[in-house]
Amino acid sequence: MTKASTNKTGTTISRRALLKGAAATAGVGTITGFPAIVSAEPVTLRYLGTAVNQSREIAEKVKQDLGIIIEYIPVTTDDVTKRVITQPNSFDIVDTEYFSLKKLVPSGNLLGMDAKRIKLADKITPVFTRGEVGGKKIGDQGTAPKKVFYLEGQTSKKFASQPTQWITLIPTVYNADTLGIRPDLIKRPIESWKELLNPEFKGKASILNIPSIGIMDAAMVVEASGIHKYADKGNMTKAEIDLTMKVMIEAKKAGQFRAFWKDFNESVNLMASGETVIQSMWSPAVTKVRSMGVACTYQPLKEGYRAWAAGFALPKTLKGKKLDASYDFINWFLSGWAGAFLNRQGYYSAVLDTAKANMEAYEWAYWMEGKPAEKDIKAPDGTVLEKAGAMRDGGSYEARMGGVACWNAIMDENEYMVRKWNEFIAA
Amino acid sequence: MASMTRPYPNRAALWQAAPLALLLAVFFVLPLVLVVVVSVWDYNDYAILPDVTPRNYRDVFEGCVASLPELCLTFKTYLSTLKFCLLVWLSTLLIGFTVAYFLAFHVRSLGWQVVLFLVCTIPFWTSNVIRMISWIPLLGRNGVINQWLQSVGVTDAPLEWLLFSDFSVLLAFVHLYTMFMIVPIFNSMTRIDRSLLEAAYDAGASGWQTLWNVVVPLCKPGIVIGSIFVVTIVMGDFVTIGVMGGQQIASIGKIISVQMSYLQFPLAAANAVILLAVVMMIIWAMTRVVDIRKEL
Repeated sequence: MTKASTNKTGTTISRRALLKGAAATAGVGTITGFPAIVSAEPVTLRYLGTAVNQSREIAEKVKQDLGIIIEYIPVTTDDVTKRVITQPNSFDIVDTEYFSLKKLVPSGNLLGMDAKRIKLADKITPVFTRGEVGGKKIGDQGTAPKKVFYLEGQTSKKFASQPTQWITLIPTVYNADTLGIRPDLIKRPIESWKELLNPEFKGKASILNIPSIGIMDAAMVVEASGIHKYADKGNMTKAEIDLTMKVMIEAKKAGQFRAFWKDFNESVNLMASGETVIQSMWSPAVTKVRSMGVACTYQPLKEGYRAWAAGFALPKTLKGKKLDASYDFINWFLSGWAGAFLNRQGYYSAVLDTAKANMEAYEWAYWMEGKPAEKDIKAPDGTVLEKAGAMRDGGSYEARMGGVACWNAIMDENEYMVRKWNEFIAA
Repeated sequence: MASMTRPYPNRAALWQAAPLALLLAVFFVLPLVLVVVVSVWDYNDYAILPDVTPRNYRDVFEGCVASLPELCLTFKTYLSTLKFCLLVWLSTLLIGFTVAYFLAFHVRSLGWQVVLFLVCTIPFWTSNVIRMISWIPLLGRNGVINQWLQSVGVTDAPLEWLLFSDFSVLLAFVHLYTMFMIVPIFNSMTRIDRSLLEAAYDAGASGWQTLWNVVVPLCKPGIVIGSIFVVTIVMGDFVTIGVMGGQQIASIGKIISVQMSYLQFPLAAANAVILLAVVMMIIWAMTRVVDIRKEL
């Protein structure tokens, strides 16, 4: 996913903060003298990822709590993959998506993470480890995290089918995506993915121009229209790719689409300006449109959601102090503050108990339990997202994650799919 | 003269040329060679495999002959790119020539020429992308132009073709690149000896005849240089076509960028080599029409 837009990086580190951080690392508490500080130079972690989780607030809090300096390298998802494969020495920790693992793990540039060093490894939500939520199985079409969660050994290039000590990615955020709509311009209920290609919205629909994600949305539409039932939407056969693209090309030629979008801001602009009234969208983009004073709904649909998940991985070359610091940072990330911070933006965090402990009861009820907001719901920066009484689209965590139909994926026929997608754009 | 030139160039001249030659070798020739080399290598999902294979070129042209008269992806994309190329070239040439002509022949004082020329460069103080994006609120469905057209009663529904269409792509290209035509043509025009124009007038030529038989031929080098700029930029562009075409219009640059994002570097390299060949052929054809070196 290429959410490289809402970038809040650019942390400037004041000298005072640096000294404080150094002192914290040394476990001194107060600054006692210059030589001590020099010996306890704070560790800097180069954090490669999309801008989704790269917030100034997180970096500041880490520095306060652990004395570790986080240096963000914000790039797009595609560039994350490219960089892991071509320049594995250019970062100390990477935040990437589970579907990318199908390329990253065989390349041998990542280190399996030792579950014994992750304090809350057992508390990671079963969405990842077993593909369950609230005791119920959830859809596992595509690259579901449980399929790529464990490695056979620390430096193995193969995924393990059973839980092992070696974890590929420690989850940071995840969510279940659906269509965004403009209820004020559509003026009737929308219940199915097939509405995306409904001629009623001719010239007013859009999907994303990221082939591996766009084709999943297209597959949801094809299946919802009753044209074809896929064995696995996230791993189509060549014939299925042809069929899916044929449906899309016909719609395109009939003028169904106003435009395609590739990044967060494009999707926000299309929707806010009324160029489109129905389109694939990401949850924070919907929030953004709403915060501009434009009605926009992240519409739950009866066929379910297309989910995605991201997490931390370490490069194989990481050693010594930096490796320890990375584990410290990951442990800190799971310990609650960051989880609550991300939950408040509409994402879901990996360890729910600790996040809950860091949120107000009314916040938890709104974001995670699907209950009406008791008070105004505020974003981490203090702006009001929803007035009291509002309810979150898609309801509770269990309702939403339980409704997952498929996961973002890299198909076996990836190459063929990309070629077909290019044909779709050229049609 | 011939007797004075030495059989080998003198040392100082070689040294003087060395920095540029080195720069070009490292930053232009070497990468180009690498692209060509990679274009014949094999690859898988996550690595480039250095053994020679025709696979990438075969993939680029897959089904192109078999599916005729239906166009395959590559042919279709080139056709679409060439169409834009031709339209943008024609528009920028006409506008660029007119502006240059005005600056060179109608503005009498050198001071004003300089001032007006600088005015032409003002748009370049902002970035390409910003200049492009600023069209969107103007052309959109609920944009300024549509609202104005509806308020004065010219149309009763918004014009959809203003944005995310061939039209908006063309508009953005012309807006962005006309300057590349103005500069070399203006440069050629200022070198034209004014007495030639007087001679044409004295000989009884009309304004159009002077323009066509005197000014245009003498501007040819400028026109060709400007054309090379415009053609090479438009052939490789994918940002403008992406943003203004709503990501719905194919361009060969876009295909290359998608392939790179999926780590299909050798395939992208093969496409790049073909694109390079096509652009070189266009430039070669243009320099056939006008021998720039002679004219300069």
